[in-house]
Amino acid sequence: MLIKHRKASDVLGSEITPKSVFDDRRRFLKTAALAGAGLAASALPSLPAYAARTKLDGVVKSKWSAESLPEDDPINSYEDATSYNNFYEFGTAKGDPKDNAQDFKTSPWEIMVEGACAKPGKISFEDLIKPATLEERIYRFRCVEAWSMVIPWVGISLGDVLKRFEPTSDARYVYFETLLDPEQMPGQRAPVLNWPYKEGLRIDEAMHPLSILAVGMYGEVIPNQNGAPVRLMVPWKYGFKSIKSIVKIKFQKAMPPTSWNEAAAREYGFYSNVNPMVSHPRWSQASERRIGELFKRKTLMFNGYEEEVASLYEGMDLRKWY
Amino acid sequence: MIATTMSDTATVNSAARPQGKDRAAKKRDPMVWVIKPAVWVLCLAPLAWLGWLVVETIYFGGRGLSANPVEFINRYLGDWALRFLLISLAVTPVRILTGWKQVVRVRRLLGLFAFFYVVLHVANYVGLDQFFNWEAIWEDVIKRWYITVGMAALLCLIPLAVTSTKGWIKRIGGKNWNRLHKLVYVSGAAACLHFFMMRKGLQYEPLVYAAIFAGLMLVRAVEPLKRRFSA
Repeated sequence: MLIKHRKASDVLGSEITPKSVFDDRRRFLKTAALAGAGLAASALPSLPAYAARTKLDGVVKSKWSAESLPEDDPINSYEDATSYNNFYEFGTAKGDPKDNAQDFKTSPWEIMVEGACAKPGKISFEDLIKPATLEERIYRFRCVEAWSMVIPWVGISLGDVLKRFEPTSDARYVYFETLLDPEQMPGQRAPVLNWPYKEGLRIDEAMHPLSILAVGMYGEVIPNQNGAPVRLMVPWKYGFKSIKSIVKIKFQKAMPPTSWNEAAAREYGFYSNVNPMVSHPRWSQASERRIGELFKRKTLMFNGYEEEVASLYEGMDLRKWY
Repeated sequence: MIATTMSDTATVNSAARPQGKDRAAKKRDPMVWVIKPAVWVLCLAPLAWLGWLVVETIYFGGRGLSANPVEFINRYLGDWALRFLLISLAVTPVRILTGWKQVVRVRRLLGLFAFFYVVLHVANYVGLDQFFNWEAIWEDVIKRWYITVGMAALLCLIPLAVTSTKGWIKRIGGKNWNRLHKLVYVSGAAACLHFFMMRKGLQYEPLVYAAIFAGLMLVRAVEPLKRRFSA
């Protein structure tokens, strides 16, 4: 795998940016302290994954790199994307994931692959990533709560990964599951949702070139609070579809259950495509607040990826299949 | 305030206040010189803290308002509106449970502060969040149940705030005034429900607030029964 552990002499891109240092004294202190600890413990191979922000090497540009990013979609700051998000396994407030996920253990990590495929089995995170190319994918991220960001993910094509397990003709859907570990994930000690977190995609959605498994952000290993070590990223759907810290992938014939659909079926459908025309019982989805902006902006059909994905839903009544 | 009963006021006036309205006695009254100012300071403290977070964010690059300040302010003010509503609803139970009759004299102040935070909460929603997009606001009120319920909680409080003066008590008469101010119970229930509905999934925090509200109502309900049986 192309993950290089950080040496004390290495300079992170983010360290050149003074904003991240000024912005957050806490992180600065933590990084400084851990860099010191890293020096002392550099001989130990089992340094926890959170010990340092680790740069990812060999990330290649993609069709969705900065060059093709619309001008009015500036990338959100690292600080915004890593301190404000939903990851109910670590608490329901937006700052909880960052506060509670720092000690989350993401290595070793295994993913169980099962169901309608020729090569099921357990696969380590490293083996999952090794054969793939790490690509930079800068996507708009639209939360169902009507806020959005632009985030530079580093990921691998989900379709390429799934093909390695040789799904059969019965594999009409792909089911994903998050780790269930209430000891490490304090949010799971309360029945906020029906744990473990469950999500799913139709197989053609999963095979779509936009769909990725994200393992990094901002050129670095993905922080724990954002779904380390590996999460889904399907940018034309509301954020909750992009399941985090995946431990199970299952190919199946039937439409899989999803956690939010189980919690409130009328509010969260299986598809949950970003759609300004279909309002949610809690939020009008016609507009959104881009983090960093005061005024709301209009929400785009399929979060602006209409050209790429509209054909997946041809002939479907998107009001019915929300 | 909000549900001050005339009998309460009367008891307090005759029993606890010093006889004769000489100014010296009033000056020694700790309610006037210690407790009420302290209530003012404590009630304004959450707003002062929010003000500081805004200043820190704008001038010192602080991140205390999170990446989404509009949402943060909305929730912060909503939390405090509900807390002050429950605090003002706790005055009568405190009197019942401790027998400290003087406490009733801060009820109006606490109730008006609750209303103050409710108004700020809604003003933030209307002004900053929706930016006076009345069409979108109306759509929210009629389509999104948690907002409908929240608006109902606000509407119940408006006549209570308006009639919180002595003049109004006289004008509509103590009995009617008492009856009117029972609306605070409806508002409190609606506010708890609003909070519960607004959270996604099954979350404990709104249930804690609802349990506190239920407890405060229970103390009120049990009191007249106890009186009847002990009499």
